[in-house]
Amino acid sequence: MPRITVTVDGITYEQEVEPRLLLVHFLRDHLGKTGTPIGCDTSNCGACTVLMDGKSVKSCSVLAVQADGSEIVTIEGLASDGNWHPMQRAFHEEHALQCGYCTPGMIMAAIDLVRENPDPTEDEIRQGLKGNLCRCTGYCNIVRAVRRGAEEMRVAAR
Amino acid sequence: MTEVLTEERKETGREIGRARRRKEDARLVTGRTKWTDNIQLPGMLHVAFLRSPMAHARITRVDTSAARNRPGVVAVFSGQDFAGEQGSLPCAWPVSEDIVIPEHPPMAVSTVRYVGEAVACVVATDRYKAADALEAIEVDYEPLEPVLDMTEALKEGAPKVHEAGNKAFTWKFAQGDIEAAFRDAPVVLERTYVQQRLIPSAMEPRAVVATTDGDQYTLYSATQIPHILRLMLALTTGIPEHKLRVIAPDVGGGFGSKLQVTAEEVLCLLIARRLGRPVKWTESRSEGNLTVHHGRDQIQRVSIAAERDGRIRGLKVDLLADMGAYLMLVTPGVPLLGAFMYNGIYKMDAYDFTCTGVFTTKMPTDAYRGAGRPEATFAIERLMDELAAELGIDPIELRRRNWIKNTEFPYTTIAGLTYDSGNYEAATERALALFKYDDLRAEQAERRRRKDPVQLGIGVSTYTEMCGLAPSRVLGSLSYGAGGWEHAEVRVLPTGKVEVVTGSSPHGQGHETAWSQIVADALGVPFEDVTVLHGDTASSPKGMDTYGSRSLPVGGIALLQACEKVKEKARRVAAHLLEANPEDIEFADGRFQVRGTSASKTLQEIALATFAAHDLPDGFEPRLDAAATYDPENFSFPHGTHLCAVEVDTETGAVTIRSYVAVDDVGRVINPLIVEGQVHGGIAQGIGQALFEEAVYDGQGNLLTTTMADYLLPSAADLPGFVTDRTETPATTNPLGVKGVGEAGTIASTPAVVNAIVDALRPFGVRDVRMPCTPERVWRAIREAEGAQA
Repeated sequence: MPRITVTVDGITYEQEVEPRLLLVHFLRDHLGKTGTPIGCDTSNCGACTVLMDGKSVKSCSVLAVQADGSEIVTIEGLASDGNWHPMQRAFHEEHALQCGYCTPGMIMAAIDLVRENPDPTEDEIRQGLKGNLCRCTGYCNIVRAVRRGAEEMRVAAR
Repeated sequence: MTEVLTEERKETGREIGRARRRKEDARLVTGRTKWTDNIQLPGMLHVAFLRSPMAHARITRVDTSAARNRPGVVAVFSGQDFAGEQGSLPCAWPVSEDIVIPEHPPMAVSTVRYVGEAVACVVATDRYKAADALEAIEVDYEPLEPVLDMTEALKEGAPKVHEAGNKAFTWKFAQGDIEAAFRDAPVVLERTYVQQRLIPSAMEPRAVVATTDGDQYTLYSATQIPHILRLMLALTTGIPEHKLRVIAPDVGGGFGSKLQVTAEEVLCLLIARRLGRPVKWTESRSEGNLTVHHGRDQIQRVSIAAERDGRIRGLKVDLLADMGAYLMLVTPGVPLLGAFMYNGIYKMDAYDFTCTGVFTTKMPTDAYRGAGRPEATFAIERLMDELAAELGIDPIELRRRNWIKNTEFPYTTIAGLTYDSGNYEAATERALALFKYDDLRAEQAERRRRKDPVQLGIGVSTYTEMCGLAPSRVLGSLSYGAGGWEHAEVRVLPTGKVEVVTGSSPHGQGHETAWSQIVADALGVPFEDVTVLHGDTASSPKGMDTYGSRSLPVGGIALLQACEKVKEKARRVAAHLLEANPEDIEFADGRFQVRGTSASKTLQEIALATFAAHDLPDGFEPRLDAAATYDPENFSFPHGTHLCAVEVDTETGAVTIRSYVAVDDVGRVINPLIVEGQVHGGIAQGIGQALFEEAVYDGQGNLLTTTMADYLLPSAADLPGFVTDRTETPATTNPLGVKGVGEAGTIASTPAVVNAIVDALRPFGVRDVRMPCTPERVWRAIREAEGAQA
C-alpha cells in the first residue's frame, strides 16, 4: 500500500492507505476528523469541501494518495485559540444554517470564494456557491453571511 | 387582533420574540457535530445491502457462499436468513376498514416489488470491504410485470403488485349538497393536476448504528422520530420495549423523509443481535434516492362550480395517490391530511372528496414537507387563478370575494375544521404593497402589448394549512394508530440552572434555542442558563417527535405548562420559607416576593432549598421539577399571501423568478430569525417542485434520477432573494398564541410559481404546465397552445 504524508489542520500524519481510498474517508475513518461530512457520491453537493493547499476541493473527489504532501484545512482547523474564523461567525450571526449538514462545506467553499474575490456581489456569491447544496435555508442567509464574512475578512486583512 | 410587523418592531418581549442567535450553531460551524455516521464503537462492523435491480420479480435463488470468503467479511445474510424474525414494517395509519396492508418484510424473501429493495447484505470490517463483497452474491430473479401507471394499475386484468390487487383503499368525505352546487352552476371548471413524485433529499443521508450487550439494545439513527421508532421496532422485532433505547443524535434535516421505520433500522438491530457486535450502515446518496421514501405522486381531478361573480358553490376532488409497493408508516394517511385543506381559505356550499390509494412497483411514498397539504393547496390555488381568468376577475379580487373574513373567525369550514383565527386581508394587503402588484401588472400589460419575447407572469397563492399535529381524538377518528400529544420536563438544578427535556426531536429547527427562550421568559432565568435535552429515549422517555409543524404548537405548550407547574411548586416553597400565604407570593423576573414587602426568594434559592430538603412544606417532594403532557384542543392554522413574478422566455421556455414576496402569519413568534429561516427554506423547496425536481422511473421501473446530477435540487444560483414579512394574528387555541411554521413556505410557493408561469403564458392560450416546469415543458406548452389556437 502506498505511504502518504498529509498535514491536516496543522498536524502531520504518515499512513499507508489503499490507492482507492477517498480523501474524505481518510479524514473521517482513518484520522477521526468527522467534522467533514459526506452528502452525496457524485461530487454535486459539496458538503465535504476542504481546503487543499489553500484551494477548495470536494474531498469525495480526491484520492487520499493525491493529497500526499499537501496541507489540508478542514472545518475543524479554522478556529484559532478558540476564536472562530470570521466566516464561521458570520454564518452564526446571519442564521445561515439550520440542520448544519452542508455548513462545513459551505463555509470552506465561501472562504475560497472570498480568497479569489474579496468583495463579491450577491450574484457572484450565488454563482460561486452553486456547487454547494443546502436543503434548509433557501440560501438567502447564506448569501448574507458570505457578504458579512467577506467584509470581516477584509477588515482582518488590513 | 393582527399586527403588521415592520423591521423595527420585529423584536419584542424579553426573550420570546427576540432574534436570538442559535445555541446549536457552535458545534455545527466548528465540525463538532454528532452525526450518526460519526459514531465509532469498539469492534464495530459495517453493513452493505445488495438491492434489487428489478422492479418486480420472484427471487428464485440467493447464493451468498462466495461472498462469505471475501476478505474482511464477517457474515452474509439473505432475506431467508431473517424470515423467521424480521416481522413486517409497520403502517400506523389504516385509513379505512377494508384497506389492504400487505406484508412488508424488511429484507425481501420471495418477491421484490421495487428497484432498490434489499435482498441480501454483507457485514464486514470496513465499509469498502462490505461493498466489495456485494458483487460476489448471486441472485436469480424470475421477472414479473412491473406496474408503473396508477390508471393502468386499476384496470381489470392489470398485473398485480400484491395478491389482493392494486387498490389499497378508497376514502371519501362529503359535506353539503354537491349535486345542487354543480347543477345549473353558471361556471364549472374541470382540471387535472399532476403532483410529480419527489425525493425529499435531506442533506444528511440516513445512517444507523446498532449495538447490544446481550440484554439491552441501543439504536442510533438519523431519524425524526426516536420515540415512535422505539415503539415500532419493539413491535416489529420482538425486542422488548424496555430493553431498547433509541437515540437520534444530531440529525441533518428530514423534511418527513426521516419520519419512518425503515428496513435498515430493523435489519441492523437483527444483525447486531445475531453477531453480538455493533454494526453501522450509512447509505450512499444513490442508495438514498432509491430507498428513502418518496413524496407526493398524486393525480388530482378537480372541478369547481361558481357563480358569475366568482362566488364558489362547490368543489369536487377525485384523487389517485401512488402508494408505491408497500404502505409504510403513514403512507395512506398523507392524502387524507390534504382532504381537509382543498377548500383552502374559502367559503363554499359543498365539497366532495374521494381518494384511491394505488400500489405500483416503485419506492413507497410517505410524508414529505407538508404531506398532503401542498398538494391540496396547489390544486385550489391553481383553480382560483383559472377561475379568475375564466371570469375576467383579478385573482386577488376573486380570492377576496371568497375568503373567510377577519370578522368571521372562528369559522367552521366545509371540510369540518374550525379555523380559530386569521387575517387574510392584512397579509394580502402587506404582500401587495411589498410586491408592487399594480406596477407589475402595468408592466405585464405593456410587455403583452409589445409582444415582448420575454413575458411577465404574476402568481398568487393565499394559503392556509393545518399545523400542530394533532388533537388525539381527531387522530383517533381518522384511524391513526397513536395520539398527538407532546411531553416536556423542566428541572431546576440546585445551582439554579435549568435542564429541559423535550419530546420533540429537532433536526435543524433550533429547538435548543427557541425552547430556552420560552423557559427564560416563563421562569425569569437567563437564556444561557437553560439546556435542552432531546432525541434519546433514555433521557427523554416520552414524546411524539417532530413533524407536521407540531413541535412549537404542541411541544412548546407542554413546555410552558411544565414551567407553570414548577412555578406553582416554587411558590409553595417560597411561601413556606417566607412565612406567607402562597396567594400573597408574586412572581416576577425569577423572584418570588411577598406582596407589598421586600421579602423574597430567588428561583435559585428555592431550588437549593428543595435539594437540601431541610425545611420544606409538609408533604412537599424534594427537588424543583415538573413534567407536563399536552394534547392540543385543535389544529393551528397559519396562513399567508405569497406573490411571485416570473419572466418567461417564450422562445426558449426558460423561467426566471424575478421577485418573490411572502407575508406569513404564523401567530406569535418565539424567534423571528428562526421563523424567517424556515420560510426561506420552505419557499426554496416549493420552488424546487415547481421548476426542477422529479423522480423519474423508466418503462421497466428503474429509477433514472439516482444522483444529485439527475435529481435537481435548487442551488443558490437558481434562486432569487426572497422578500419576507409577517403579520401576527395569535392562535386563540393555545396560551402562547403560536401556530407553527415548518411547512408553510413549501405549501405556499409551488402554486405561486406555477400560477405565475401560466399567467405569463395565458395570452398564448396556455392553461397549465406540468411540473416541474422545465424549459422544455414550458416551450412545448406554448407551441401546443399555439397549435390548438391556429
